[in-house]
Amino acid sequence: MSMQTKENLARRGNKEANLLFKKWFDNLDQAAKEGKPGAYVFVMGSMAEILHTFDLPIIYPEITSLQTAVRQHSAELLNEAEDHGYSPDICGYVKADYAIQARGGEHPMGKLPTPGLALLTNACNTYMKWGEIWERMFETPLFTLDVPGTRQNGTQTWPGDPQFESEKRYVLGQLEELIETCEDITGKKFNMDKLKQTLEYSNRMSRAWKEIIECNQGNPAVFDALSDGTSYLGVNNVWRGTEEGAIFFERLLEEKQWMVENNIGAVEEEKHRLAFIGVPCYPIFRDFSKLFSDWGGVFVSSTYMWFASGGNNLGFQYDIDNPLESLAEITLIHVRDAMDSMFHPNEIIMDLKDRFNIEGIVFHPIKSCRTSSTGLADNRRELMERTDLPSLFIESDMMDKRVVSVAQMKNRIDAFFEGIEMRKANREAEVKQ
Amino acid sequence: MSLKTEMNNDILQGWRNEPLDQVLWLAKEIVEDPEWPTVKEWRKNGGKVLGHFQVYFPEEIAHAAGMLPLKMAGATVEPRLSDSRFGSYLCSIMKTNLEQVLSGRVKIDMFVTHPICDAARNLGAIFGRNFDYPCQILYLPQNPNSKHSIQYLFEEYERMKKLVEEVSGVTITKESLANSIQLFNKNRTLLRELYQIKCDSPWLVTIDEAYALVRLACYIPREEHNELMQQILPQIRNRSGRRKQDRIRVVFEGGFCEQPPLDLLRAIGQSCYVVDDDLLIGLRWITEDIDAGEDPMRSLAYAYIEQSSYSPVQHDNNKPKERMLMERVDAAKAEAVIITAAKMCEPGLEEQVTYIEAVEERDIPFFVSEFEENMTTFDHLQIQLETFVENILFD
Ligand code: SF4
Ligand code: SF4
Repeated sequence: MSMQTKENLARRGNKEANLLFKKWFDNLDQAAKEGKPGAYVFVMGSMAEILHTFDLPIIYPEITSLQTAVRQHSAELLNEAEDHGYSPDICGYVKADYAIQARGGEHPMGKLPTPGLALLTNACNTYMKWGEIWERMFETPLFTLDVPGTRQNGTQTWPGDPQFESEKRYVLGQLEELIETCEDITGKKFNMDKLKQTLEYSNRMSRAWKEIIECNQGNPAVFDALSDGTSYLGVNNVWRGTEEGAIFFERLLEEKQWMVENNIGAVEEEKHRLAFIGVPCYPIFRDFSKLFSDWGGVFVSSTYMWFASGGNNLGFQYDIDNPLESLAEITLIHVRDAMDSMFHPNEIIMDLKDRFNIEGIVFHPIKSCRTSSTGLADNRRELMERTDLPSLFIESDMMDKRVVSVAQMKNRIDAFFEGIEMRKANREAEVKQ
Repeated sequence: MSLKTEMNNDILQGWRNEPLDQVLWLAKEIVEDPEWPTVKEWRKNGGKVLGHFQVYFPEEIAHAAGMLPLKMAGATVEPRLSDSRFGSYLCSIMKTNLEQVLSGRVKIDMFVTHPICDAARNLGAIFGRNFDYPCQILYLPQNPNSKHSIQYLFEEYERMKKLVEEVSGVTITKESLANSIQLFNKNRTLLRELYQIKCDSPWLVTIDEAYALVRLACYIPREEHNELMQQILPQIRNRSGRRKQDRIRVVFEGGFCEQPPLDLLRAIGQSCYVVDDDLLIGLRWITEDIDAGEDPMRSLAYAYIEQSSYSPVQHDNNKPKERMLMERVDAAKAEAVIITAAKMCEPGLEEQVTYIEAVEERDIPFFVSEFEENMTTFDHLQIQLETFVENILFD
C-alpha cells in the first residue's frame, strides 16, 4: 500500500459511501424517469443476487424511508399517511413510504420507480403488511420468501442436520419459484452465470464486512458502529451483489486495517467503549451520536450492523459451483441470524463484551419497530442477571420526532456516563489499595 | 392420562342438564375469571398443559398426547409483573398472557407462539428467558402460495409432535392423532352450527352469549366442550321469549387476536345483531372437516393452508383480506361492518385502512373503533354506536 495520510485515508470510506449512496438514488431516479418499474425488497433477505441478474432496479424502502427522517422530511410524510387513516402506532417507514408512493414516487433524493415486484421475507411481519399496500395501490405482484427462524434459543440446526436440510429444500424451492416469477415479470430468461457473478461480489463484500467489524476489537475503535457503521450498512444493502459494493468494502477494510496499524481511532479521545442494541434515532441522527461522543463514548459494535445487513456480517461464502443451493443455504443462515440478533441480543453481548472490551450497553427500543424492540426490556433484565455490565434503556423512534425527547434523553445519557465513570474510578481506587 | 371425561369428572362443573340461562351465565363467569379455574382443575388430576399464543395452533397434536391445549387469548388482569419485561407501544395481550404465568395464576408445561406479528414473534424468546420448560415458535408457513409450503408445514408439525411427546411422555400414534382430528372436526362443526344460528336468527343468541360459549373451548377439554355444545344448541334453537327486533345486521371484524371485553360485546349486542365476526378465529380457522384417514398429520398441514379462513396476520395471494371480508359480509347478509383493532396492534391497525377502503367502495356503512381487553367504560362507545345505528335505520 502506498504512503497514506490520516486525512486522505481515515475518512475515505465515509466519503465513498456517500457518493455511492447518491449514485444509487440517481440510478433509481433515472429508472423512474424512464418509466421502469423496480423490485422492492427489504434489508433482511433482499435476494439482490437473484434480482440483479434480471437487471431490475432494486429499491430498499426501509432505506428510502429512513432517509426522509435524516433529511427532516418524515414529519410531513407521516402526517399525510395518518390523514389517510394509518395509525400513529404503526411502523413509520411504512407511513413515509405510503406518502411517497401517493406522491407518485417523489422522494427528497429523487424519484422512485413504482413497485413492479415486491419481495418480502418473513424476517419482519410488517414487510408483508407493507407489501399488501403496494398490492392495493399498484397491483404489485408479491412474493413472500418464507425463511424458518430459530424455534428456541440454542436449538439452531446446521448443514447436515435433517431439519436444516429440509428447511434448505423449502427455501430452495421458493427461490426457484422466485426465479420463475421474475422471468414472468421481466420476460427475461434466468442467467446462471450472472448469478455466479453476483454471488462472487457478495462473497467479497461479506468477507470484508466481517473483518471490518472485527477491526474494532482493538483500542482505539476505528469506526463508530452507530454513525459510521450505519453509512457502511447502507452500501452493504443497496450495492449488494455488485462490483461497486465489493470494491467499496475491500477499500474500507484496507482503510480500517491501516487505522489499526497506525493506532488511529474513530473519535478524538476514546474514553468509553459501548455496544448499541436496536435501531438508530434517525430524526436526530448526528445529535444522537453526539450525546455519546461528547463523553468520549464510542460504539464499538451494534446489533444493527448485524440484522440490518441481513446476516452479511457472518462472512459466509457462497459456493460458486453450486450457486442456487448455496444461496438457499446461506439465505437460511443469514435471515435466521438477522432475526436472532434482534430476539436474542444478549448472546451477542456476552460474546462481544470481553473480545471488544465493552464497558456499557445501550438498548434503544423504538415505537415503530416491534420486531427489534419488543424483547429489549426483558433482554436487559436478563443481562443484569448474567453480568454486571452497566446498561441504558432509552425509548424513542427512528422516524417520528414527536416521541423523541432530546432533553430527557440527554439527562439519561449523562447519568449513564456518570455512573460508568464513577464505577471506573472506584475500580481504579480498589486496584491502588 | 386420557382426556375422556366421565359424568363426575367434568373439568367444568355445573352445566350438565342445567337450563340454558344457567349454562350461559356459567360460560361468561369462566370467560371473565382471570384465575382460569378449569385449568387448575385439569392440573389437579396431573394433567399437563400446552399454552399457545394466538391465532392458530394445531391443538389436535397436544390433545393426541393427552395434554390440555390452552389457548392463551389474554386475560383482564393488571400486568404487574410482566410490565417491566416489555417496553411501551405494545398491545395488552402480550403482557397479560405473560402475567398469567409469572403470577402463578396458571402453570403450563410448554409454551408455543407463532410469528403472527412483530410483537408476538418475540414471545418465544421472552418466555424462554423467564421459564425453564420449552418455549418455542411454531413457524407456520408465511408463503402459503408456494407449492412446497404444505410439505414444510408437515415437517414443522412433526417436529412439534416430537417435542409434545417429550413433554407429555406420551407417544402420539397415527390413530390417536386421527381420533383427535375427528373430535376437533366435531367441535368445529358445532361452532359452525352456533354461528349459523347467530346468522339466521340472531335474536336467539346475542354476540356476548355466543362468544362466551366459543371461548369456553380455550379452557376445557374438547370432549367436554362438544358435549356442552350438543346440550345447548337445541336449547338455543328453541329459546322462548326471544323475538326478532328491528336491529341492523352487522359483521364485527378485528377480534382475531386480542379479545374485546365481554361487556364491550354486550354493549354492541344491545344495538345491533352481530351476524358474523372474526372473534377467536383460530378456533374456527379450519373451515371444513379435516381428513383423518390415510395421513392425518399431512391432512392437518393441508387444512391450514387449503381449508382455512383469513386474518390480518396471514398473507395469502389467494385470499385478499378485503375480498374475504366482503364475502363474509355478503354471506351473512350484513348491512354494516364494525371495523375494530386492538390498541397498538400493528397488523390490525394496518388492515383497518384497507377494510375501510373496501367498505367505502361498496357504500356499506361502517363503524371504526379501537379496543383493549382491559377497558372498563363503554358509555361513550355505546352512544356513538347508537347514533351510528340510528343513522342507518332512519337514513
Ligand atoms: S417494523 Fe422494524 S424491521 Fe419491520 S419494516 Fe419497520 S423498522 Fe423495519
Ligand atoms: S393483538 Fe395484534 S399486535 Fe398484539 S399480539 Fe396480537 S396480532 Fe400481535
